[in-house]
Amino acid sequence: MTRNSDLELIALTKRYGETVAVDSIAHRFKAGVYACMLGPSGCGKSSTLRMIAGHETVSDGSIVLGRRDVSHLPPAKRGTAMMFQNYALFPHLTVQDNVAFSLRMAGIDKPERHKRADEMLELVELTALAQRKPDQLSGGQKQRVALARALITRPQVLLLDEPLSALDPFLRIRMRAELKRLQRELGISFIHVTHGQDEALALADEIIVMNNAKIEQAGPVREVFNTPKTAFVARFMGGHNVLNLPQGHIALRSDEMIVTAPSAGRIDGRVVGVEYQGTHVALTAEVAGGQEVTALMPDADYLKTPKDPGEVIGLHWDDRVAHPVSA
Amino acid sequence: MTKQITAWIQAAPMALVLLAFLVAPIVMIVIVSFWGATEYSIYPAFQFDNYQFLFGSPVTYTVFFNTLKYALITWALTLGIGFTVAYFLAFEVRSLKWQIALFLICTIPFWTSNIIRMISWIPFLGRNGLANSTLISWGVIDAPLEWLLFSDFSVILAFVHLYTLFMVVPIFNSMMRIDGSLIEAAKDGGATAWQTLCHVIIPLCKPGIMIGTIFVTTLVMGDFITVRFMSGSQRANVGRLISNDISLLQYPSASATAVVLLVTVLIVIGLLLRLVDIRKEL
Repeated sequence: MTRNSDLELIALTKRYGETVAVDSIAHRFKAGVYACMLGPSGCGKSSTLRMIAGHETVSDGSIVLGRRDVSHLPPAKRGTAMMFQNYALFPHLTVQDNVAFSLRMAGIDKPERHKRADEMLELVELTALAQRKPDQLSGGQKQRVALARALITRPQVLLLDEPLSALDPFLRIRMRAELKRLQRELGISFIHVTHGQDEALALADEIIVMNNAKIEQAGPVREVFNTPKTAFVARFMGGHNVLNLPQGHIALRSDEMIVTAPSAGRIDGRVVGVEYQGTHVALTAEVAGGQEVTALMPDADYLKTPKDPGEVIGLHWDDRVAHPVSA
Repeated sequence: MTKQITAWIQAAPMALVLLAFLVAPIVMIVIVSFWGATEYSIYPAFQFDNYQFLFGSPVTYTVFFNTLKYALITWALTLGIGFTVAYFLAFEVRSLKWQIALFLICTIPFWTSNIIRMISWIPFLGRNGLANSTLISWGVIDAPLEWLLFSDFSVILAFVHLYTLFMVVPIFNSMMRIDGSLIEAAKDGGATAWQTLCHVIIPLCKPGIMIGTIFVTTLVMGDFITVRFMSGSQRANVGRLISNDISLLQYPSASATAVVLLVTVLIVIGLLLRLVDIRKEL
């Protein structure tokens, strides 16, 4: 049973001529979830989002939102709204008119649509700038306008296409906190496409990792991070070493690696890099077969037994932290 | 200080060219417009005879009205056609290769001279021309249409034919700069194709429309040869008034008409610029 306003993708496929951009993917987004679609560029995550939004035709399969097949409906009839990567604000309209645009298209009269636009602007704390034009706004302000414009249609699902990529790192962290706050307040689903795994970890309840037009792994954020199913997911999520051992590939969180004296651990390695990261030190060692392993240790621990490049060390880990992954 | 001098030197060549070939002739025309003339001579003076005659003659008003009428009708038609062509090129043709190819096709008529393009209408529109004989053979009409050639119709037809591209190019340029995601954003907001056109595309094309408008109105208002050929000398506009005066060596009178025309065109452009601030939009 699909609950109302769950979004389900069924064997969703996108083909551009011979190339398959999205290859028969299936997933259910529960209502009210903050989901991040994560993957390298060209993995099909944006095509998937654009198909859900209705800006890209579906080649095969369907999109079901709240028990309704929306695969072939126009964007505005789907119950979704999209926030574009470069915000796509109308440069000739004021902030207020930008936000009220969809109401104007629906033929709602001026006082009513301005009232509702002002409410939305209050939600994103932009009331003071209602009469400005987009080119008089900063990046963060433009983003909020775009958000208000998308939310005014009261969508069941908000689709965000790399919404933070145009912002500087400091603003990015502030805006992502704001996105999370809004999502919690509104209680609607957010589907957020990004290629930054830190962004996904910080925001998402649920992560969908895509690669080569397929979903590599999907699940709650901690599950995806802690128990990656494939070497690709482990590498892409970061913070993991993927080791090819005789018994198969295993993923090991680099902060669970224990540095020991040579021959005292499970494998030996030669230190090739020491990187100070503030609270931690990242020690990179080359082990048998030329594989590189990173051990992330608290800086206090490192300072007790400092290592130099070229030195041989042992590396140990507990069985519980080793996750077999498929190559 | 030295920076300023460099800037002046850099601007000097263009300034000198404009001064010598634009400002000086216009000043000359203004001066001559106050001169006097007899049947066989012109003499330097400062008198308002030419202007008095110009504003006292009912012909002047008819001819100016005609000129504005041609400009307005031509503008409306070139805008309609130009916008449609530009829209097709910018939004319906997806690949850049085809856009460039089709755009070049639009410019092909310009490989021949204005006059030849104009004259080639004559055998087509004439009394026993292609258009009339085809219509008669189809049974649409019984007798040849007289208004096809040497009429306002043929004058405006030629103007539209000659100047539509001047509308297409700036509008196409404006349209190409519209971010595709704006169209999607409009769609996302529930806009129909027509609403997108009215609320997004046309407002964003305003600078292009305005530049095209200035091109077409100035070209049509300054023209004399098209009106002469296509109307078989049966219609007049201000350009013809001036050219007639010149052929009669009535330079002072021609200058006065030219000054009035220049002022009229400047007023029209001034009004247009009040509607859209081009500098801001470029």
